[in-house]
Amino acid sequence: MHLETTTGLDSRKMAIWTFIGSECLFFASLISTYMVYKGKSLTGPYPHEPWTNPSTHEVVKPILNIPLTSVSTFVLLMSSFAVVLALAGAQRGKRGMLIGWLSATMVGGMIFLGGQVYEFSHFVKEGLTLHQNLFGATFFTLTGFHGGHVTVGLIWLGSVLYTAIKGDLPPEKALNLEMAALYWHFVDVIWIIIFTVIYLIK
Amino acid sequence: MDAHATAGEHEHPTAATYAKIAVTLVILTALEVAVYYVESIRRYLVPILLILMVIKFALVAMYYMHLKQDSKLFSGLFVFPIIIAIVVILALIALFSVAHPTLTTVAP
Amino acid sequence: MATSVMDHSGVHDAAKTGLWSWITTVDHKRIGILYGVSAFVFFLIGGLEALLIRWQLGSANNTFLSPDRYNQLFTMHGTTMIFLAVMPLSAMFFNFLIPLQIGARDVAFPRLNAFSYWVFIFGGLLLNSSFLFNLAPNAGWFGYANLTTKPYSPELNVDFWIIGLQILGIASLAAGVNFFTTIINLRGPGMKLMRMPMFVWMSFITQVLILLAFPVITVALIMLMFDRHFGTMFFTVAQGGDPTLWQHLFWIFGHPEVYILILPAFGIVSEILPVFSRKPLFGYAAMVFSGAFIAFLGFGVWSHHMFATGMGPIADAVFSLSTMLIAVPTGVKIFNWIGTIWGGSLQFKTPMYFALGFIAMFIMGGLSGVMHASPPADLQQTDTYFVVAHFHYVLFGGSIFALTAGAYYWFPKMFGKMLDEGLGKVHFWLMLIGFNLTFMPMHFLGLNGMPRRVYTYPAGTGFEFWNRVETAGSLLLGFSFLVFVYNIFRTMRKAPPAPADPWNGATLEWAIPSPPQEFNFADVPVVHGRDPLWDLKRERGGMLPEPPRVSGKGIHMPNPSYWPIVAALGVLVTLSGFIIGFPYVNLVGAVILLIGIFRWAFEPAG
Repeated sequence: MHLETTTGLDSRKMAIWTFIGSECLFFASLISTYMVYKGKSLTGPYPHEPWTNPSTHEVVKPILNIPLTSVSTFVLLMSSFAVVLALAGAQRGKRGMLIGWLSATMVGGMIFLGGQVYEFSHFVKEGLTLHQNLFGATFFTLTGFHGGHVTVGLIWLGSVLYTAIKGDLPPEKALNLEMAALYWHFVDVIWIIIFTVIYLIK
Repeated sequence: MDAHATAGEHEHPTAATYAKIAVTLVILTALEVAVYYVESIRRYLVPILLILMVIKFALVAMYYMHLKQDSKLFSGLFVFPIIIAIVVILALIALFSVAHPTLTTVAP
Repeated sequence: MATSVMDHSGVHDAAKTGLWSWITTVDHKRIGILYGVSAFVFFLIGGLEALLIRWQLGSANNTFLSPDRYNQLFTMHGTTMIFLAVMPLSAMFFNFLIPLQIGARDVAFPRLNAFSYWVFIFGGLLLNSSFLFNLAPNAGWFGYANLTTKPYSPELNVDFWIIGLQILGIASLAAGVNFFTTIINLRGPGMKLMRMPMFVWMSFITQVLILLAFPVITVALIMLMFDRHFGTMFFTVAQGGDPTLWQHLFWIFGHPEVYILILPAFGIVSEILPVFSRKPLFGYAAMVFSGAFIAFLGFGVWSHHMFATGMGPIADAVFSLSTMLIAVPTGVKIFNWIGTIWGGSLQFKTPMYFALGFIAMFIMGGLSGVMHASPPADLQQTDTYFVVAHFHYVLFGGSIFALTAGAYYWFPKMFGKMLDEGLGKVHFWLMLIGFNLTFMPMHFLGLNGMPRRVYTYPAGTGFEFWNRVETAGSLLLGFSFLVFVYNIFRTMRKAPPAPADPWNGATLEWAIPSPPQEFNFADVPVVHGRDPLWDLKRERGGMLPEPPRVSGKGIHMPNPSYWPIVAALGVLVTLSGFIIGFPYVNLVGAVILLIGIFRWAFEPAG
């Protein structure tokens, strides 16, 4: 154990922050690509405008479903709220609080992912795929990699929940949860940006 | 448990504080969605949304990620990359809107 | 944890030799040696590729290499030298030296360190395995889209390149997190930030660059892979995409990358010059801040690689100015090195020869770099051998000269034997002459219009003479490294054991036996200044007595583990699935990776 460090801060917590800092540039590159290609699609469906399919003459409505995504945004924010309470429970040795809120966090994450799966399959039915237009390519890549991060976060939180249920997460090991929680919040703040940049800015 | 594990860790906020933040986040999100539908402020939509986004981001980072209480070093580890990230995003947007005018004129 | 100290100390003594001990090692010094040996082999492979390229260009209309083979060789030469030679040679020094110089027993995450190495070696082997299928990457180390998109590169060559780089990126990022945390958090008592050796400072800044630059190339490679396999059109003009986006993302990574290659070299030279001048480093604080400033500006200059794309006068002016600005902190460093040797009592040992050679060669490369910073001049120089001359002066004349200096300087610490001085100086002179014969004429050929990346040239263009000189020079350069290899073999067989402090060093690594024991320091030293060992020697009135080897009983060191190599194998298999094009391979890889990570996470770290 490296408890005695130069700064007095735990090395593992510093490492996860360093990693999060690095991830900022990962998402910055994806967001840049989305912004650079915003409005440059040569064909529909479009995010905020209707589109008439030239071959079928069908009118495709603006494809983004703001109410649905608002709900999943809400759910993800609440899962962030749940995981700070789980962490507080872990730090104070309140087992019920820890397991309850951590489970709630994971349920929130799963609902979010479920919403994303529904959204993606709906888009594909409407004719928006990775290879349909630049919007499809940039949208699926950015939100898909965010969804991938949510999945990794869920696996991570799940393994922490497993140790908590086994009774192997006493207060002095709360950092195990704190690291996963920091990653989870990071995934959440990235979604805050994505929600604004993709869904709300027309 | 010895004193080391708590060194550098300060008092984390109470559950009530977390709840207040959660309520604020929900209200801000509702506000974001609301302004999206208001046609009359279409001109100011982007700045309003960006401000709301930054507030939400900051609330989660400061309270849920505990940057407000934790060592300033952690804030630095987050803020410095964010600055570089913002520079990169803005530079690329500028380069592709100003420097590549041909791209914007490709007719659909 | 007090009981486990007793339990595990027995384990350490049992498994110290043999192949298995190297596979499961988490000792930063052993991992450093693994990095060094592997990178040196890759360096020789990359050098051989360069010699084949030079042989082809030695005469006009040569048919020694086919055009496609030539493309493969120049692509793999660049990729190998950057990602498999210079970066991991720097990583050898990071691994071996950072914990020793800051007074730590190991890095912050020893198993993550092993993981980085194994991911790196697997990535390097994957990249080079492409030669077996005659599918070596052939679109340049910069992989410009849309040359690298499916219609123009239909075979798997580019996929080997994409996946190879992706794997190497994971290794660099894992190591970046590790060394960053180590330097911040594992400094010994009294080792304040502004007392750290300059090599540690430059390594620290390098890690910041790695952490912030590599994610960008990761994303660019993902998009290129999607374009090639999943029908996206990020770089396809006909569907609205823009190939210059690749160039922007590549160089947002690529320019910091060149500082990732040179800053460790700056650090090495800043360690060697004071020791052989018997003077402290001149302008320590200025050295630190100019290094940080170079790194920071490094994120704001990338488009100077793209003046020829026509970005318009505003962007050209901005990137031209920011590029020229970088010459200022770089100049500060050069003046400080000269200030360090000025008035010193110089000891002309082999490391000093190479360090001085570094300064001279790097200045020349830096000056031609400033020439490219001007867009009108750059438009003349782009895609000519002038550019090739420039970056070989900074990468070979800079990085390789400094890394070689470091190899001679720290060899006794790493292997416990002194390299032969006479052979070292022969190596230096052959390398200096061979290097300049090879690359100096490229300036003239380039300005006379000889294009790069072209496998041959017609007779009567006036290119023949200097190309012949360059080929002769490159053979001399190659020969100089044979002398080095011979020196290593002779030293390892014949030389007597080296003392702990053969050069009268200033930093902590010279306070302990050569090679160091597993736990580095029996008692972690307390630091009071920037040259801790010189301070100590001055206090004691002369050289220190040879430090004894001690039992180290009771010092708790991390356990060896094979889960890092399992996880690294998982990374390799997962990503190789994208080359093989068989999703089950990705799935199997992901399962191996998950098993590796979980067993690693739940294994007692010790």
